[in-house]
Amino acid sequence: MPKSVAELEAIARQVRRDIIEMIGTAGSGHPGGSLSAVEIIVQLYFDFMRIDPKNPKWADRDRFILSKGHACPVLYSVMAEAGLAPKDKLNSLRKLGSIYQGHPDVRFLPTLEASTGSLGEGLSLALGMGLADRLDGRPNRTYVMLGDGECQEGQIWEAAMSGAFHKIDNVVAIVDYNGIQLDGFVKDIMEIAPLADKWRAFGWNAIEINGHDFPAIRKALEQAQAAKGRPTAIVAHTIKGKGVSFMENNPKFHGTAPNADEMKLALQELR
Amino acid sequence: MPAKTKFELKPGPATREAFGRALAELGKENKDIVVCDADLSKSTMTHYFAKEFPDRFFSFGIAEANMVAQAAGMAYAGKIPFAASFSAFVMNKGFEQLRVCVAYPRLNVKIVGTHSGISIGEDGPSQMSVEETSLACSLPGFVVLTPADEASTKALVRAAAAHVGPVFIRTGRPKAPIIYNGDQKFEIGKAVELVEGSDVTIIANGLLVAEAIRASETLEAEGISARVIDFHTVKPLDREAIGRAAAETGAIVAAEEHLVDGGLGVRVAQAVAELHPCPMEFVGLQDYAESGKPEELLEKYGLVARNIVAAVKKVLARKRR
Repeated sequence: MPKSVAELEAIARQVRRDIIEMIGTAGSGHPGGSLSAVEIIVQLYFDFMRIDPKNPKWADRDRFILSKGHACPVLYSVMAEAGLAPKDKLNSLRKLGSIYQGHPDVRFLPTLEASTGSLGEGLSLALGMGLADRLDGRPNRTYVMLGDGECQEGQIWEAAMSGAFHKIDNVVAIVDYNGIQLDGFVKDIMEIAPLADKWRAFGWNAIEINGHDFPAIRKALEQAQAAKGRPTAIVAHTIKGKGVSFMENNPKFHGTAPNADEMKLALQELR
Repeated sequence: MPAKTKFELKPGPATREAFGRALAELGKENKDIVVCDADLSKSTMTHYFAKEFPDRFFSFGIAEANMVAQAAGMAYAGKIPFAASFSAFVMNKGFEQLRVCVAYPRLNVKIVGTHSGISIGEDGPSQMSVEETSLACSLPGFVVLTPADEASTKALVRAAAAHVGPVFIRTGRPKAPIIYNGDQKFEIGKAVELVEGSDVTIIANGLLVAEAIRASETLEAEGISARVIDFHTVKPLDREAIGRAAAETGAIVAAEEHLVDGGLGVRVAQAVAELHPCPMEFVGLQDYAESGKPEELLEKYGLVARNIVAAVKKVLARKRR
């Protein structure tokens, strides 16, 4: 059922509230990179991927892998809103025994597509799934979200080379290019620009978009689907901490939870 | 295996060769088996599979980390991937991916390391894998196999494919002496007693199994009855066979082509300490080796029958005290 932009925006607002509450309640976590990825993941789950919440392991389903696993609150919230995970347990994030582990863990939440958390690995996992699906003649498509800092990992480029070489066109990599990593701004830690050119040089179909613009995200996903013979990388320019004024473009909120006052303030802004 | 078997120990194919042949046979039987290689298929012998099943063979270039993680992706999607390279490369360069992408979600990925140990020879220490048993055994859920000859390799590759879960198989470059005639049944986690004995037990795997048999023959001539057990499975260990050996013979020598730290011997020692403490001695490597012919290296670095005989005498002296 296609969703209107207004509907997607309403879901995104709820997801942002969930993220703040989950991380604020947990007292630790990564709000900045969760908030920057909201529109992309909401678009995928609510108005693009072929999934069936009643049959989450449907063999022909599309898959999503969060390679930047530290941003899992956004994924947990979207999965819960989509009916793929329990909503009432979201605030157990990071607590002992919780299905909502500090990084995605299929052992605790089997509706996840992969366990991630060590950066650099998710693209390889997605490409392996893509090869298997192609071999079996299944229509699945696999979407994998990478962090921009994550693109500093060598394995990303080993994987990129193999994705083009094996023409794995049922895989789409989406880079959440928010410009900030733990120690500061990406350009100051280890510059990755020009990022779209790098993907092109590795043989990928590269598309640059504003990662908070729903119609632009949908259009890029459609272009990726139409691109045959090579995989697509969507370089999505985003704002770290998007939606909460004092978290936006603030490296502090890469890996720091809001305190009680900040949580209250943030939730007021997200009303 | 009958107690009075006379072992001729004729040269046989390398265990990597047996692996490659077995894999190609398995490919016929199970279309879910896929093979990943990192520019070494002519050496790892996955080229036999590649020739027969080009659609299910994937070249990843010299990029082991990505190869291991893509194998994990294929396992998530229902395939049974065998990813092969020299042990030194797939285990060390792929270790992080083995940990997070394979062991942690317990995926059905088979890793095959070839050219293990110092018997790779002339290429020297950068290519000699002498730590990987320790690394593989450190990963929860992994089965770790080190077959000794052609027949055991073929049977254990088959067992690995049938086992649901991660497996590491350690194979070697040089020709391996023939130990089994083909009638022997192999089971993951079940050691094979090759020579009966009551004074001491020699626990070995890989190329050191043949050396252990030779050592037992020398010892027999001197009136020492040495039991020889092939521990082709390093994990899970056959604790029953270890407990029995400790209780019945009261002294154990472990022999392997691997650093003593973290290898078969220390794992056996842990079980001995838990089950039936007895003196033990360890035949293995203490440090990195050098270039040379395989047989020269095994001789120089103390991995031949003579070294096992000396270790047996040492352990028996401690047993009698």
